Amino acid sequence: MSSLDGRKVLVHDMCLRDGMHARRHQLTLDEMVRLATAMDDAGVPLMQVTHGDGLGGSTRNYGFARHSNAEYIAAVAGAVKRARISVLLVPGLGTMAELKEAHEAGASSVHVATHCTEATVSPQHIAFARGLGMDTTGFLMMAHMNSAQGLLEQARIMEEAGAQTIYVTDSAGYMLPADVTERVTVLRDGLKPETEIGFHGHHNLALGVANSIAAVAAGASRIDASVAGMGAGAGNTPLEAFVAVAERMGIVTDIDLFAIMDVADDIVVPMLDHPVRVDRESLTIGYAGAYSTFLLFARRAAERYGIDARSLLVEMGRRRMIAGQEDMIEDIAMTMAKQRGTFSDAASRLQSPA
Amino acid sequence: MNKIPCALIGSGNIGSDLIYKLRRTQHLEPVWMVGIDPDSPGLARAKELGLKTTHEGIQALLPHLEEDGVRIAFDATSAYVHAHHSELLTAAGVTMIDLTPAAIGPLCVPPVNLEEQVARGADNVNMISCAGQATIPMVHAVARVQPVAYAEIIASLASLSVGMGTRKNLDEFVGTTSRALEKIGGAARGKAIAIINPAEPPLIMRNTVHCRVEGTPDQQAIDASVTAMVQEVQKYVPGYRLVNGPAYDGDFVSMFLEVAGLGDFLPAYAGNLDIMTAAAARTGDLIAARMLADATKEMSA
Repeated sequence: MSSLDGRKVLVHDMCLRDGMHARRHQLTLDEMVRLATAMDDAGVPLMQVTHGDGLGGSTRNYGFARHSNAEYIAAVAGAVKRARISVLLVPGLGTMAELKEAHEAGASSVHVATHCTEATVSPQHIAFARGLGMDTTGFLMMAHMNSAQGLLEQARIMEEAGAQTIYVTDSAGYMLPADVTERVTVLRDGLKPETEIGFHGHHNLALGVANSIAAVAAGASRIDASVAGMGAGAGNTPLEAFVAVAERMGIVTDIDLFAIMDVADDIVVPMLDHPVRVDRESLTIGYAGAYSTFLLFARRAAERYGIDARSLLVEMGRRRMIAGQEDMIEDIAMTMAKQRGTFSDAASRLQSPA
Repeated sequence: MNKIPCALIGSGNIGSDLIYKLRRTQHLEPVWMVGIDPDSPGLARAKELGLKTTHEGIQALLPHLEEDGVRIAFDATSAYVHAHHSELLTAAGVTMIDLTPAAIGPLCVPPVNLEEQVARGADNVNMISCAGQATIPMVHAVARVQPVAYAEIIASLASLSVGMGTRKNLDEFVGTTSRALEKIGGAARGKAIAIINPAEPPLIMRNTVHCRVEGTPDQQAIDASVTAMVQEVQKYVPGYRLVNGPAYDGDFVSMFLEVAGLGDFLPAYAGNLDIMTAAAARTGDLIAARMLADATKEMSA
């Protein structure tokens, strides 16, 4: 038996939120309900339901969703028996008014997300979520871009505002297990004992499960994962694989392994319109430390402007672009195409009048 | 007299930068800076530049308004105290230019509606937000060609240039900007997104503007209108640049902008702060010009 024998971990599914990226936010209400009901039956205790970019995410910049967040949340809330529903709120994109609406539609938990150095934009939203009685997480995105000590300072801002859980969020799928161990350990030692630690991984370097186990070993008690890995980039930590490894190590998740395998193969996989896997672009994201969600945007811009998607992703990483800067992908693609002389627009004519 | 004396309320970065910009205007003379901290480096700097200063707040300025001829005041404090400042100063006949998100008075974006606001003679005008100043001219440039059903803007700001006031009120920042995209930009619906990026060295402010137009975009007319508007903004913000666009995709038109500051007091990457002080200075200058014209008319009458 491993040293983690008997440790309880809350597994938080991301299919219906991060998975929305893989489907360009076009899941139907029926697909959401079918997937949510099956996960509920398999024992998944908490599932996130929103546009891939969370509340307020349905935009030109991130993609318009098929339905409003309130419609998705209400549909899932009306269908599940045991599972609780969470939402994602990124201040600057989503607002407290939208959180209140999500809460009224049936969400009882929230990830309040900021870039890993910008937690000072979150206290108002965290306090508001607590005021609604929601289970409230401070979600530090792109956590590889801050040191363990720096992350702790940011986590303390969120903890002080009322966050009950702090997440180390590997949005780029860039971290190696030792990076996760270091960050989770420093948070575990530095935060209040009653504050929970969570880890959100992406599978771009195929380390989703290994990193999640490293997080649990270092003291994390919540793990974000996604059935069949349905999520941005090469997907999230594959939930059914995490459950299998957890079971082997004696970690308690209360999820039925065979039932969740069936959900993955019978329901999620047929829903995907492209295979979510480690491929040259998602691997580039993990390798370069770019935001996983950039994947499909880079592919589209690459096609439109005749640029290699990988060079776009590497340039996004080089320019230190963070979550939410999808607009810069098209901008960089146009700039690169102009440099090659294959594209011009009014802006180029303005800068060098003929 | 060919210049109108003016006061600056607030001795922070914005107020400090504003002094330099006001000194370059044709019709304004900055004479007072009001702060609340005796150790404020901003007040010390203003004093060195020849302004009268007080660290005892707005009350300490009031007795001097008349003798120093102060007719215009710029408020760069916070939305919470602006209402109080405005009440006291407008009662004394001073026109307020509000750089806080208080938005008591009509919203003003110089190349879009400044002349209209000056003609109306409002005693308090609001400068909206940096994102609003950077993007509303573009939305208006499209909307004057054909109706805009939806305008969405993404403002990317360098972390170092975003103060605690904005951080604590990010919902207010995006809310005020979203409404102004509608009211001043002319979009039926507006949505603003703010991104705070901590990269070192700091990134220059970027803004992306997406407009969904009604019908097929008239590309030639939109290109011409956007180009003309960029040149209009460049008159008071030389670092305002259309990097890419207009890009056309179905009924969407997208502009990708960069705003570099002049580097007067604020660093060049903080184009977001610079475009606020530049717009405020431009607004004050035109209001002052009208005050001077009115005075000439009265004298000759």
